[in-house]
Amino acid sequence: MSKVLMKGNEALAEAAMRCGCRFFFGYPITPQTELAAYMAKKMQKNGGTFLQAESEVAAINMVYGAAGAGARVMTSSSSPGISLKQEGISYIAGADLPCLVVNIVRGGPGLGGIQPAQSDYFQATKGGGHGDYHLLVFAPSSVQELADMTSRAFDKADEYRMPAMIMGDGMLGQMMEPVEFKEFADPASLPAKPWATTGTGMKRKKNIINSLYLTPEELENLCVEREKRYDKIRATEYLYEEIDTEDADIIIAAYGTIARVAMSAVQQAREMGIKAGLIRPITLWPFPTEAFAKRAETAKCFLSVEMSMGQMVEDVRLSVNGKKPVYFYGRTGGMVPEQDAIVAEIEKCLKNS
Amino acid sequence: MEKIFDRPHSLSDFVLSYCPGCTHGVINRLVAEVVDEMGLEGKTVGVCPVGCSVTAYNFFEFDMQEAAHGRAPAVATGIKRVHPENLVFTYQGDGDLAAIGTAETVHAAARAENISIIFVNNTIYGMTGGQMAPTSLVGQVTQTTPYGRKVENQGYPIHVAEMISTLRGACYVERVSVDSVPNIKKTKAAIRKAFECQMAGKGFSLVEVLSTCPTNWGMSPVEALERIRTEMMPEFPLGVYKDCTETGGVR
Amino acid sequence: MYEQIIIAGFGGQGVLFAGKILAYMGMDTGKELSWLPSYGPEMRGGTCNCSVIIADTQIGSPIIQRPDALIVMNKPSLEKFADSVRPGGVIVLDSSLIDSKVERDDVTVIYIPAMKIAEQAGAGTLGNMVMAGAYMKARDDMFKVDDLYKSVREHTPAKRAGLAEKNIELIKAGYEFKQC
Repeated sequence: MSKVLMKGNEALAEAAMRCGCRFFFGYPITPQTELAAYMAKKMQKNGGTFLQAESEVAAINMVYGAAGAGARVMTSSSSPGISLKQEGISYIAGADLPCLVVNIVRGGPGLGGIQPAQSDYFQATKGGGHGDYHLLVFAPSSVQELADMTSRAFDKADEYRMPAMIMGDGMLGQMMEPVEFKEFADPASLPAKPWATTGTGMKRKKNIINSLYLTPEELENLCVEREKRYDKIRATEYLYEEIDTEDADIIIAAYGTIARVAMSAVQQAREMGIKAGLIRPITLWPFPTEAFAKRAETAKCFLSVEMSMGQMVEDVRLSVNGKKPVYFYGRTGGMVPEQDAIVAEIEKCLKNS
Repeated sequence: MEKIFDRPHSLSDFVLSYCPGCTHGVINRLVAEVVDEMGLEGKTVGVCPVGCSVTAYNFFEFDMQEAAHGRAPAVATGIKRVHPENLVFTYQGDGDLAAIGTAETVHAAARAENISIIFVNNTIYGMTGGQMAPTSLVGQVTQTTPYGRKVENQGYPIHVAEMISTLRGACYVERVSVDSVPNIKKTKAAIRKAFECQMAGKGFSLVEVLSTCPTNWGMSPVEALERIRTEMMPEFPLGVYKDCTETGGVR
Repeated sequence: MYEQIIIAGFGGQGVLFAGKILAYMGMDTGKELSWLPSYGPEMRGGTCNCSVIIADTQIGSPIIQRPDALIVMNKPSLEKFADSVRPGGVIVLDSSLIDSKVERDDVTVIYIPAMKIAEQAGAGTLGNMVMAGAYMKARDDMFKVDDLYKSVREHTPAKRAGLAEKNIELIKAGYEFKQC
């Protein structure tokens, strides 16, 4: 297939349908509206179901039901709506169900604003809902990567039987870039889900989708089993991109949209003779700890650049493990760090270390 | 010797966790009998609530999903949209359905979602130890209304069957009771009618069942059955509140 | 090449669409590109802009800090962006909508009464295409105007082919405009 020019929000929706997602349950919120609108327009034509629920809470529970019934299913929302979905996400994780949740992040807390932000990092990577669980969290930084990560997120969610999240923001959602899609996959060709509640057909024992375990030993065992899965994911499923890090004195950590600005800042710094590099986590959970640990041996310092008051910086610090200073620069509330400001911050950090 | 009475095949041999004298067990059994008689065991997916029936996935022998508090109609919607050929029902209490899950219930009905809801109304939160429910009667003493439910403080009970029957998307709505053998028979007929309504693709159905909670009411099982008749029925009259099953349904 | 273009004006002037056809041209000629609209709770009809980057190499920030080119169709946008244009850059300005001059001598400024030209051609809403044409003339060394015509044709639905030709006619008018 040749390239098409498409908005990020629409590309995500198209990619989801192409990889066999036939069920979308959502609730309107800015700035993810194009995604749902695109689904509303195309899902039925593709033989699927688009349903606007009465609330985010209902939408995520419809996802729970459909995922438990064996479907490749998704929902999308933005920060305040994702907060409402946390109950369902925790249940989905507790019942070991695969699904995709898209968060087109906006400024917070509370109703916040509608401009791009990354202030939901903690919520996405450190829990959000209650209990010992994780989401696979993908943070693409281009429209093509958004499409690619959508199908990967579904596949990995199925593989590990857990919910996956794509974190984007309004900028990535509104931006148009050329994108090449995979061919349409037949949902019937997806891996079988023998655990799903499809009706026994009197051919097997009953299946139960559940997250309730009143015996503490049983619940602990399940959490331990799940943690083993998480450990495997931590060891094998992290993704990141490295730019100009080998000889870098300072390494920027940035993900998603702002990583693009950081990329330009690194280039600008290089033109000024500063040895700057970039590590761009593509998965936020699992976090690419190794990439930072390795460069902690060679770089003089690190700078986490975020559209938040400093959230990912904590994971960068844990990864660098005290070996080198880790600084932070961010704007929040819908403000986007400017390229010049990042370059100025790079100079300041190098002076300090 | 011929066996003339047995456990319905759709009911497992799990020991029910309901208190002695509670009529939940009767309603569980009626659901299982209807599923058996309609030959739907292999096509049924049930959704249990949070409350006394929270572990009902153990009691039934067909596929089950456990939902978060109040979310059963949304979960059932998800299941039904994926497998429209299945019988999908929720089994919910009054706190689950009429307090925390009011929105999910009303909107499933408004969408004419082709699912069935078995709504067990015993005017109290049983599982958590007897707190006021949205259906608690005015004057009813509960753990959280120790001096009785007062209109000026807690307002009035919700009449679910009446409320849902006002929605165009609801196809069949009936209130029944399990206080006596004749009424238990009527309850079974209502559940069957609801499931038939769904399997014929006619739309949303809800059966409200007046039920007991001897433990939290502080009554003997016999007194509890009597309370259904003397206190609950005057507030929650039995009967069919809506029936479009003869006219082809609401979808 | 790493060409960073800001197109700005009022909502309804086709600012986003002008950016889109340039983006299509970039894509169809095998370049890297990004197109980013301003978005927000602004009222319809309020100021509006989009950032288009067409490049030979991977595109970093889709946000343009210092544009190489500014295509500007109202005065507030000129005031907002005029100073950010890189020295040696180009500003294409609709002189039928903006009465002021650019007070910089380190950029090339093209004054074109795009709106008036479009009106004379019986297509008052297509001033944006005239502006795109004038931009293409200024960037003759970088892009081929024929590639833009081709992309406009290719990405207009067949049932609206007439509109594509009208767009091309006005791009051509802008391209052939001679500043006196």
